[in-house]
Amino acid sequence: MVVVVINLRQLFVIAWLTGMTSFIQAAILPEDRADALFHVYDGGGVTISGPSILVRKEFAQKFSVSGNYYVDSISSASIDVITRASEYSEERTENSVGIDYLHNKTIMGLAYTKSDENDFNAQSAHFTISQDLFGDLSTLSLGYSRGWDEVGRRGDPLFSKDVDRHHYRLSLSQIVTKNLLLNLGYEAITDEGFLNNPYRKVRYLGNSNSQADATQECPSGRNYCYEDELYPNTRTSNSIALRSIYYLAHRAALKGEYRYFTDTWGIGAQTYEIGYTYPTDNHWIYDFRYRYYRQKQASFYNDLFAYQEAQSYRARDKELSTYNNHTFGVSASYEFLRKSWKFIDRGTINFAWDHIRFQYDNFRDLRTETVIAGDEPLYKFSANIFQTYISVWY
Amino acid sequence: MKLTTLLFLISIFLTACSSVEPWVKPYERAHLADPIMSFERNPVSSSYRNHVYQAREGARGAEGGQGGGCGCN
Repeated sequence: MVVVVINLRQLFVIAWLTGMTSFIQAAILPEDRADALFHVYDGGGVTISGPSILVRKEFAQKFSVSGNYYVDSISSASIDVITRASEYSEERTENSVGIDYLHNKTIMGLAYTKSDENDFNAQSAHFTISQDLFGDLSTLSLGYSRGWDEVGRRGDPLFSKDVDRHHYRLSLSQIVTKNLLLNLGYEAITDEGFLNNPYRKVRYLGNSNSQADATQECPSGRNYCYEDELYPNTRTSNSIALRSIYYLAHRAALKGEYRYFTDTWGIGAQTYEIGYTYPTDNHWIYDFRYRYYRQKQASFYNDLFAYQEAQSYRARDKELSTYNNHTFGVSASYEFLRKSWKFIDRGTINFAWDHIRFQYDNFRDLRTETVIAGDEPLYKFSANIFQTYISVWY
Repeated sequence: MKLTTLLFLISIFLTACSSVEPWVKPYERAHLADPIMSFERNPVSSSYRNHVYQAREGARGAEGGQGGGCGCN
């Protein structure tokens, strides 16, 4: 039996939440550039790697087109897989195209994204409008995205569920002084449809004698059983973030960020991040960052329910529990082409490493064998993210 | 109703923009135009980092990436 532990739906949501970012700019079309990136995530028994290629080109001085090809190759033996099923591997491929149109101080953007994997397909369309205001001191951006997902289940060709998504964005960037920029962002997202994972289960106190039907599992030697997760079929979330970036006297930059999140599932989260950018005289730029994230659980999450079907909605997804994580990151970028060469203006080679430590407050590590359910140690793990990429401007 | 309110607020922004004297003049924006002052200097990299967080965290949205506001990038 295969258990999908990385929430594949989340992976596509990521695509269409973040895929639009490069389409939003001040009233100057984005630079013509190409980026070829290779990424690796390794942590908690999960390894994900693959390429991402982003190309952007302006034409007729009013339009800028872009395309992105992105792959996640996943092999998983995560905590959920180890405790309930066997390792698996799969691949997700995502393709995006977009076009921006510049008119005076306004940029309008359209984009389309498609994501495919063996049990989840998704499409989304995006519209963004951005306007410079107040002598170009401010930039106001509005965006709307619409997503259509189709959720499948391996081994069950008749299983097919839909999810509809709406996503609204508002962003205001502001020049405050000659050295200080601020950005305020707000996003509302609504989902409707089949929102839980078709493979994941919750556990409840019981034993093999209480097994009612084939939908339940009771591991031998344990006093708990599993049953299917069941989520509400709607979710609405709101996020607001304030960012700042300050130019320091010795040509360095200091960044700060705070984000507040809340949703109708009862999840509340706060994110804090600081960063420091330091260019050297020999064409290297270094970035250092620290990020802290803290989350309160969904109202229907429980590590161990008291009995079978204890609640109308139930989840034991660690991403819906109460937990925190710390990230320490560093990047280095080297400008290897300082003079134009043929049609290329300049180029950089880049390396990035981030180390994340997750600590869960009410998600327990079931690899530790104990006869008393609920006495297992709390789960924690660390992960490393590696990125290497080449960027060229032309 | 919400859309009407939103359009009203936007119209206030748009009508006001011609009457404001920029307190940071265009020729004073050299620091702001420096690439290190971009919120997202490397979009392919920051998109991937956001991707990782969204897959492993319950929160979503407002990740940034809206670029600068200085009209000089």
